[in-house]
Amino acid sequence: MKALQSVIRTPFMWVEGWLDWAFGPRWNPMYYLGGLGFFYFWIVAVSGLYVYVFFDTGLTEAYESVESLTHSQWYLGGVMRSLHRYASDALVVMMVLHIIREFAFDHYRGPRSFSWITGVPMTWLVIAAGVTGYWLVWDELGQYVAVRSSEWLDWLPIFGEPIARNFMHEGSLDDRFFTLLIFLHIAVPLILLLVMWIHLQRVSYAKWKPARGLALGTLAMLLVLSFVQPAVSHGPANLDRVPLLLDLDWYYLFAYPLVDEWGAGTVWMIAFVGTFALMLMPWLPPRRRRPAAVIDLDNCNGCTRCANDCPFSAITMVPRTDHQPFEQQAKVDPDLCVSCGICVGACPTAMPFRVSSDLVPGIDLPELTARQLRDKIHTLAEKLEGHSRVLIIGCKHGIQSRKLVGDNRVAIDLPCAGMLPPPYIDYVLSKDLADGVAVVGCRAGECQYRLGQEWSEDRFERRRDPNLRKRVPRERLARIWRAPVEWRRALADIEVFQQNLTRLADQSETAGVKLTKRKEPQS
Amino acid sequence: MKRAFRIIAQGVVYCAFAVLVGYFSAAPAYRLLDDGEAQIKLSFAYGGKPVGGCRDRSAAELEALAPNMRKAQVCSRERVPLAIEFELDDKMIYKNVLPPSGIHGDGPSRMYEKFVIGAGEHKVGLRLRTTVRDQGWDYITRRIVRVDAGDNLAIDFDPVAGGFVISGAKGGG
Ligand code: HEM
Ligand code: SF4
Ligand code: SF4
Repeated sequence: MKALQSVIRTPFMWVEGWLDWAFGPRWNPMYYLGGLGFFYFWIVAVSGLYVYVFFDTGLTEAYESVESLTHSQWYLGGVMRSLHRYASDALVVMMVLHIIREFAFDHYRGPRSFSWITGVPMTWLVIAAGVTGYWLVWDELGQYVAVRSSEWLDWLPIFGEPIARNFMHEGSLDDRFFTLLIFLHIAVPLILLLVMWIHLQRVSYAKWKPARGLALGTLAMLLVLSFVQPAVSHGPANLDRVPLLLDLDWYYLFAYPLVDEWGAGTVWMIAFVGTFALMLMPWLPPRRRRPAAVIDLDNCNGCTRCANDCPFSAITMVPRTDHQPFEQQAKVDPDLCVSCGICVGACPTAMPFRVSSDLVPGIDLPELTARQLRDKIHTLAEKLEGHSRVLIIGCKHGIQSRKLVGDNRVAIDLPCAGMLPPPYIDYVLSKDLADGVAVVGCRAGECQYRLGQEWSEDRFERRRDPNLRKRVPRERLARIWRAPVEWRRALADIEVFQQNLTRLADQSETAGVKLTKRKEPQS
Repeated sequence: MKRAFRIIAQGVVYCAFAVLVGYFSAAPAYRLLDDGEAQIKLSFAYGGKPVGGCRDRSAAELEALAPNMRKAQVCSRERVPLAIEFELDDKMIYKNVLPPSGIHGDGPSRMYEKFVIGAGEHKVGLRLRTTVRDQGWDYITRRIVRVDAGDNLAIDFDPVAGGFVISGAKGGG
């Protein structure tokens, strides 16, 4: 499974790197697959509403109303119809990419399985919405969809009278079917919307809205497509005939030829087994859950920063239970915690300078405590000497740090780069444990814990508390956000950084100014 | 200059996506029937006669029942399975015994089958047994039908209309 994930992940990373260049990280469509899905859903909803106004239910009226919308009102109604179709198709493309990507980046286990599990029924709802849509047009394609869907459903031993018998011949059809269908075609997307909302309940700061530029870009793309290739109907349905050749929408109707080829039973089997397997995936193969973040009440001042920064809503602020003069305290729900440590990076009490009291922050990660982090930095720094000493703060999910360490470079890996409290950088530099700190993490949209890169940048740029103090010389901090496949470039970045550090040292020596204290032999 | 390249690259990505979406939304075309082919759909839902007749309850049996349930006779609710044979141009293409539906076997027997045939004239022969017996048929239909390519010939069964009902055929006898 791990091997499969990495095989899929690699091309994703290359493509995303290229799209980062073309679109910039904020507009990179790969980082907004779910958000684009939402956006397409809204386009479908709005265009659908418009089309619905002109739609007549009835055996002949349905077809005629869609035809007249398409042709006599091509500039608006026709475009709306095309948008309705193409945005629906784009939604399927996005959904499939989104599933593959969340799988490949291992975003679906543990507490994150909630989004995964709620995603699975969405696949059915999306397809059902599309199928009922094609049915409504009541052209030859609609007829095919009607007949095959009902034959497929009839395979299940739950309907008494086979539904397909309603579509035996022209005479057997009933207007009421359209009323039922139009109801389904509206109800299913509404249920879908509800599930989409539930889907995001455990994802804080969910990116459900693509950046404006990206949204406009894809809307423009759909509009152009709608004008270049307007959506049209087949000939009118006629149950006394079998359509010979159909222009299928493969995004929604891919299963129908399979029903023809393999039979309804086999397709049901595939659908059931596939759905079941998807549902099961978060538990296969079982992986060790890492211990959740823990609160130390004595050190928590109830500042709410950890709760704000947790990417998975695992922290809530609750009324104080001890006698400290604060109103609130943080509380971690271990079932929701993915042990990323981003909360530790947010906690103002994760202060390496603390000497009077032990270094125990308000919130801490058992697998690598703030105290252990400081100790490790000290141990590693011992190995460095000269003017280009670099401490690399890496990420377990990012570039393997053994590829980066070397000549006067040591590295420590955090569960996520976002776990690093900014005062640690101040600490390393002002205690002269290294000449520079290189924070190496994943690209904005590829952070394993979604927000680590974003929050780190915000903290370094002083847009978010706790921020990096002004006195920290920025030229001694390198921020390198690169995908694991780009490790060579990251290494090159660090080497350039080291050269700059050497130059800084030379400059200060020629100027006779001692900017940083040199490492002195321990006395 | 670099910015221009990036914008062109964005355009390329959007175009590629539009082509992907636009193409598979109506292509490649899917062929349901070959030229010169037509279809017969044979389907009906009909309950055969009850299997067993009724028999009188013995006095002891009656005694064992609650007073309001004491009907003199018990009748089998189970229906007879329907035997069906379908010949096309004197060749048997479908032959089956259709069990009744329902847990007590008291529901109608149902079937739904499709057959692909060539366009042109065909001899259709249908036989259905709806009563308890080993031989012979309760309904027999023989007809010559003509179908064009792409026609759907629907064969239903409706005893009120006299047996098998064929719709969608052109002419024939
Ligand atoms: C209509 C279809 C869908 C839409 C519109 C949609 C939308 C979204 C959005 C907006 C997010 C938040 C992304 C973020 O902020 O990082 C998300 C997350 C997620 N989605 Fe979907 N989704 C859809 C279908 C699915 C399906 C079918 C699955 C899987 C079977 C799935 C699995 C996930 C998972 C696992 C996450 C969590 C990501 C994380 O924890 O970082 N989604 N989805
Ligand atoms: S470790 Fe990560 S998921 Fe857990 S509480 Fe902290 S920020 Fe939230
Ligand atoms: S960030 Fe630290 S001090 Fe603030 S509420 Fe969370 S645990 Fe308490």
